[in-house]
Amino acid sequence: MGMTIAEKIIALAAGVPEAKAGNIYTVSLDRMMSNDGTTHLTVDMYYNRLKNPHIADTKKMVFIVDHNVPSDSPKTAASQKKMRDFAREHQIDFWEGKGVCHQIMMEHYVRPGELIFGADSHTCTYGALGAFGTGVGCTDLLYGMVTGTSWVLAPETVKFNLVGKLREGVYPRDLMLTIIGTIGANGVNYQVMEFTGPGAKTLSVNDHMVLCNLSVEAGAKTAIFEADEIALEYLRARGREPKAVFASDPDAVYEREYTFDLSEIVPVVAKPDFVDALAPATEVCGVRIDEAFLGSCNNGRIDELRVGAAIVKGRKVSDHVRFLVVPASQEVYLQAMEEGLLQTFMESGAIVMNPNCSVCWGSCQGVIGENEVLISTGTRNFKGRAGHPSSKVYLGSAATVAASAIRGEICTADML
Amino acid sequence: MEHFTGKVWVLGNDIDTDIIIPTEYLALKTIDEMKPYGFSPLRPELAGKIGSGDIIVAGKNFGCGSSREQAPEVVKALGIRCVIAKSFARIFFRNAINNGLLLIEQPDLYDDVKEGDTIAVTVNQDIEYQGKRYPIHSLPDNLVEIINAGGLVKAMRRRNGLEA
Repeated sequence: MGMTIAEKIIALAAGVPEAKAGNIYTVSLDRMMSNDGTTHLTVDMYYNRLKNPHIADTKKMVFIVDHNVPSDSPKTAASQKKMRDFAREHQIDFWEGKGVCHQIMMEHYVRPGELIFGADSHTCTYGALGAFGTGVGCTDLLYGMVTGTSWVLAPETVKFNLVGKLREGVYPRDLMLTIIGTIGANGVNYQVMEFTGPGAKTLSVNDHMVLCNLSVEAGAKTAIFEADEIALEYLRARGREPKAVFASDPDAVYEREYTFDLSEIVPVVAKPDFVDALAPATEVCGVRIDEAFLGSCNNGRIDELRVGAAIVKGRKVSDHVRFLVVPASQEVYLQAMEEGLLQTFMESGAIVMNPNCSVCWGSCQGVIGENEVLISTGTRNFKGRAGHPSSKVYLGSAATVAASAIRGEICTADML
Repeated sequence: MEHFTGKVWVLGNDIDTDIIIPTEYLALKTIDEMKPYGFSPLRPELAGKIGSGDIIVAGKNFGCGSSREQAPEVVKALGIRCVIAKSFARIFFRNAINNGLLLIEQPDLYDDVKEGDTIAVTVNQDIEYQGKRYPIHSLPDNLVEIINAGGLVKAMRRRNGLEA
């Protein structure tokens, strides 16, 4: 019986010839990432709860401060200091202020075929390079850090055949919000989303990241693309080699299959308060906004900044809107600066911030007040996610967000 | 077989981790300090009303969202004996087990049960409510061991003879 990409990665990590969905495997982890959302808790457990605290392999560990950068309170400063001190003492790779953790991981660490745990739900992003990345809590992270291993229940895989090509003015973000709206917020609970088909070949690594990153919003354990020539070129350009390049076997077992025609996708939004509350963007046009956010591990890369900048160029942000632009990493920031995008944003009246998670997780910067409305390229729109419990978050593409920032109400780019 | 009864609080579908404990309270130093804000975006009064041994019954996809482990910790610290839902999000499921919080999947109880009523749970067997029995799956022994010990770290300490 054939295996899916996910099963092959688990088999390799478990040191067994074959892995099958439904079975539990003890796996050796290739890498573990932890950020300032919970690392202080892991460090507390490490020092206070273990009799013989040790780290199986410090080279496998990456600590990234990205959720509150720079720190905004003595409490945050204390928890980040704990993380920083621990990383230095144990010679753990440590990043601070350089970007959102998943962007850093993609730029510097992730390799096809790896099995990676991250103490963050959007660790599923790494499937963009053919790796199996999945989010865990800090106790699982601690166990992995100490033993170098963990257990995984090999998940079933659901196949997403992508056909056709996205039309101009429609983006991978619209596609993924459409997929989630179609299958539901737990549509693939505990399963792997495997993206394949001729439509997948029309997408870049950046686009793959947009799709994989949001898979957890449909309940997925992870999402994955076969590492194609474009992915391998991304890797080579950054001086890395794959661990293993896998394709699913022709007789691999899928729990079910969907087909999405990219040419039929239109600009969409997710309405408050769920990522699967899908609506065509035209349906919510006219909703007055107070803030717009262009950034996040989902949609804060150079591709999205180019889209946003092209829309705001020569225009002014509405005078009742705060428009936050937050590049996903310093690499992205520098590129955007070189291309003049940051200047374009600032001339339009946008606030350009340092790379970090920003208002996507409702802390540190851009938090919204009572009854305020945010349109965002962030990952979630749960009740109160971006601030006050009565505030509302709409999710849309970079184009829809930028256009709405100009208009002062939700609209699509072609309406400007 | 472990058996207990408890008063029910009924929550809806897709109860996410930002509802269980919003981001702004994660900077608080201890779970006890976070506890009063549990479920506050949805029902600000709820945390103050939940008593020790109470049970949460919810719809599908309980615990969706972030990997924040403070979510199951807050639920447990509020005194919740177990959460019964149509389904759970996977990261939350794993984090709950690792923190010794019992979760039970049951497809039908949510549609029938009323808030404030009492239910009787027999672990690995069924739930009884107003004379009707709702069957539940068995948890594997290794997960029961972790839950009963109070979480993964405690279970490992117990296994290694460091804790009774």
